[in-house]
Amino acid sequence: MNVLDMALNIGIAAVTLAVLLCAVRLLRGPTPTDRVLALDTLYMNAVALIVLLGIRWNTALLFEGALLVAMLGFASTVGLARYLSRGDVVE
Amino acid sequence: MNPFIEWTAAAVIVIAAFFLLVGAIGLVRLPDFYMRLHAPTKASTLGVGGVLIASMLVSVGHGRPGIAELLITLFLFVTAPVSANLLAQAALHLKLPSRAPAPDDAVPGRPAD
Repeated sequence: MNVLDMALNIGIAAVTLAVLLCAVRLLRGPTPTDRVLALDTLYMNAVALIVLLGIRWNTALLFEGALLVAMLGFASTVGLARYLSRGDVVE
Repeated sequence: MNPFIEWTAAAVIVIAAFFLLVGAIGLVRLPDFYMRLHAPTKASTLGVGGVLIASMLVSVGHGRPGIAELLITLFLFVTAPVSANLLAQAALHLKLPSRAPAPDDAVPGRPAD
């Protein structure tokens, strides 16, 4: 096992743990903004996890998926934050 | 693959995973929403950026240009502060309590808004 595979193992384990911690905050979060923030961080960690798996399987197919997840995460965070602050998504 | 590229990519992956983990721990552990907003927005930006830099290094080592990774990096670096700012605006609008001390020139007896 070479050094890149070991680093990928460590990275995938750490990002999975981070996803679990974000899920804890998503389920527990006392306010709606906490839950939206947890979802935003969850999206970021999902992008990191997809990219790490793309390195491990040596394929470029997963990066378009990561780009899609990043764009949808940003759009949903903006929509939810505007709903919380204005009571409406599009005025 | 070039061993220099391989070792550099491995080091960047480990550092980025550490930052992502620290951001998630801060998201769970910190006591107040504004502090919780601070932890993952900074750490996750650096963490995802590091993972994408490592991916670019590996794909250059395999002899193909990493254009998609560059696109994701630019997109995340532009959008992460925007979404954090919108969340902070929502929290201020909902008047969430903060544990920060009152400023020195605060008018006594008047609630902070």
